[in-house]
Amino acid sequence: MAQGATATAETADSRTRYCEETLRLFVIITMIWGIAAFALGVLIAFQLAFPVMNLGFAETTFGRLRPLHTSAAIFGFGGNALIVTSLHVVQRTCKARLVGGEEGAMFLLLGYNAFLLMAGVGYMFGITQSKEYAEPEWFASIWLTIVWVVYLIIFMGTVMKREEPHIYVANWFFLAFIITIAMLHIVNNLAVPVSIYGSFSYSLFSGVQSAIIQWWYGHNAVGFFLTAGFLGMMYYYIPKRAQRPVYSYRLSIIHFWALIFLYIWAGPHHLHYTSLPDWTQTLGMVFSIMLWMPSWGGMINGIMTLSGAWDKLRTDPVLRFLVVSVAFYGIATFEGPVMSIRSVNALSHYTDWTVGHVHSGALGWVAFVTFGALYFLVPYLWNRKELYSLKLVNYHFWIATIGIVLYITAMWISGIMQGLMWRSYDELGFLQYSFVETVEAMHPFYVIRAMGGVLFLIGALMMAYNLVRTIRGDVRQEEAVRPMATATRPAG
Amino acid sequence: MPTKKEKDDLTGQETTGHEWDGIEELNNPLPKWWLYVFYASIVWAVGYMLLFPAIPSLTGYTKGLLGWERRAIVEQDIRQARAAQATYLDGIRETDLSGIMGDPDLLNFSLRGGEAVFADNCAACHGQGGAGRPGGYPALVDDNWLWGGDLENIHHTIAYGVRNEHSDSRSSQMPAFGGMLDRDELRSVTEYVISLAREPEDAELAEAGREVYATQCAACHGDDGGGMTQLGAPTLNNDIWLYGGERGEISRQIANPRHGVMPPWEERLGEEMVKMLTVYVHALGGGE
Repeated sequence: MAQGATATAETADSRTRYCEETLRLFVIITMIWGIAAFALGVLIAFQLAFPVMNLGFAETTFGRLRPLHTSAAIFGFGGNALIVTSLHVVQRTCKARLVGGEEGAMFLLLGYNAFLLMAGVGYMFGITQSKEYAEPEWFASIWLTIVWVVYLIIFMGTVMKREEPHIYVANWFFLAFIITIAMLHIVNNLAVPVSIYGSFSYSLFSGVQSAIIQWWYGHNAVGFFLTAGFLGMMYYYIPKRAQRPVYSYRLSIIHFWALIFLYIWAGPHHLHYTSLPDWTQTLGMVFSIMLWMPSWGGMINGIMTLSGAWDKLRTDPVLRFLVVSVAFYGIATFEGPVMSIRSVNALSHYTDWTVGHVHSGALGWVAFVTFGALYFLVPYLWNRKELYSLKLVNYHFWIATIGIVLYITAMWISGIMQGLMWRSYDELGFLQYSFVETVEAMHPFYVIRAMGGVLFLIGALMMAYNLVRTIRGDVRQEEAVRPMATATRPAG
Repeated sequence: MPTKKEKDDLTGQETTGHEWDGIEELNNPLPKWWLYVFYASIVWAVGYMLLFPAIPSLTGYTKGLLGWERRAIVEQDIRQARAAQATYLDGIRETDLSGIMGDPDLLNFSLRGGEAVFADNCAACHGQGGAGRPGGYPALVDDNWLWGGDLENIHHTIAYGVRNEHSDSRSSQMPAFGGMLDRDELRSVTEYVISLAREPEDAELAEAGREVYATQCAACHGDDGGGMTQLGAPTLNNDIWLYGGERGEISRQIANPRHGVMPPWEERLGEEMVKMLTVYVHALGGGE
């Protein structure tokens, strides 16, 4: 069989061969975390525009909810999506049943989500070690370490007992993600608890050493969690959905190793113009620049996999999600190196530009590729012939895309304006604007950003509805999705 | 699975001959432009690392051929900025407040500098442009002053603050009359205080409070409620209320007064800035 099999073409034999029962629960919980993360994002976006939305309780203020939003998005939505897709992909591409079986997968599901709940509830009550993206305190971190080692054993074990002679590229990326995240997580969370009965701990590092380890962690959470892991997802679901071969095996090797080697050094660009020594900042910057092409290697391989089959983009909105996600990946991985340049960073750092950059990656790349994967997976895992409605997928795609565009353009304008206002002096050498004036100037863009978030959330709710109906086995009677261009093109 | 290379029908490219779950891979070469830009970024990185501080060693790091050092650049920027303002700042330091008011250059510089400093240090409590905020943060744009609105008084208040630990801080405290007056006296004196500023609702009740006011309040707030800036005793007859002008709010302030606190700014902002702020606040509208 030269090209991808569809769910229906499969024999019952291969269905029972793989562990896919627990993966269904993973898919559902991924969707729940996604909606929670997007809803929290919308709430805190409105809090920035209208402070009254903080509601006056410590537990509901921006400062407590913001880490809840980021963790729900990255670790709740992204993490569960990565685990479910990696467990699906590794079995299929290795022709091997999951090591640990359904029980192992169930332990991952419960253990990982227990960690998320522990962490998230803690944030609301102020239990945090105040490290961005590494907020959970020592007890939650230890638990995650245990869960993660089990994950590694399950994944690596499955790869080792594969029946294929070679390891598929998606699995290289998943494995790099699992191993590197383990290393980053352990080192950045080295801490001494004040008491075995208390939640509070002191970090093993202090001062600028603490800062650089935090951003070595933080940057590579982006590099290995949000990039490598999701590239693994991309390398399976795009060729599978497009039913086309991957564009270039050679490119996949070169860009994989270049990405893995270069990413790990780039963290210092988060600490330009701080007490971090000049030489360390230089290293962070030049490695970020060198990272540009290795990142784009993934984009090229994703998009060019469609060569010869571009027409599928017009009729298959699921494939469109996957391919547009790679385009957003390309935008974000170009913007990143640009922002790492010291003199650009002098303007962009601490502004909303950074927030916009992160979201073009998080919404455009991470969420879109996950949406594509979930639209593919749900009919597959529940053994349904097709999705409930491709038209709804099409609406989801456009609504979410408009939401992202509103979000990132508002943040570009707001961020660059903010940076310029901060640094403008009058002819007598005084600051031209006070801080509060910059906040006032950003207000309209905060409102636009929040509206973008609302659109994105609406899209996700439509997706949840569509997937639930698919799971129930419903199929909506509708015409095939027609490309807009042909629908509006005048005759002749 | 044997390796079986075959041609892709759509593009004519050769596959690698591997297949995973139906996925094959083409053996396309690396895109030329991709490879060259990648090389170029590496060459650029090496060049940059030669020019700038980059490579650590056991005892230090390579300083780079340009001799570039961020800390030195910041120090130089600060020196230049200071030098650009030096003549004005020297002038302000050596000139007294009324002298500054009489010198157009120094006045202009002070107003602009005072505005910038005010916006980032004072506006959080006193509001943008000194409009004040409810709950005890006085407006600075009217001509009602708790501690005096001439240059010297404004300067003293900014420099040393109000009810803080500085030895020159403004300080005074109104007793809590809730424990000294009975319920009827509190009601009537509240109505009397209202009658100083506006038409009372109950003239009879107000009249009944006159006696209490004369014995308990007039010493600080004046017979006619004109206030006393030496003591920071607010004016009561102009219908401007620090903690609200409703009957209940006034009554609460008599029974159990709240007192505002302001930090001393001279140590933090320096002599010149405080003088500039003084001139700016004085010019906001109500300076005496």
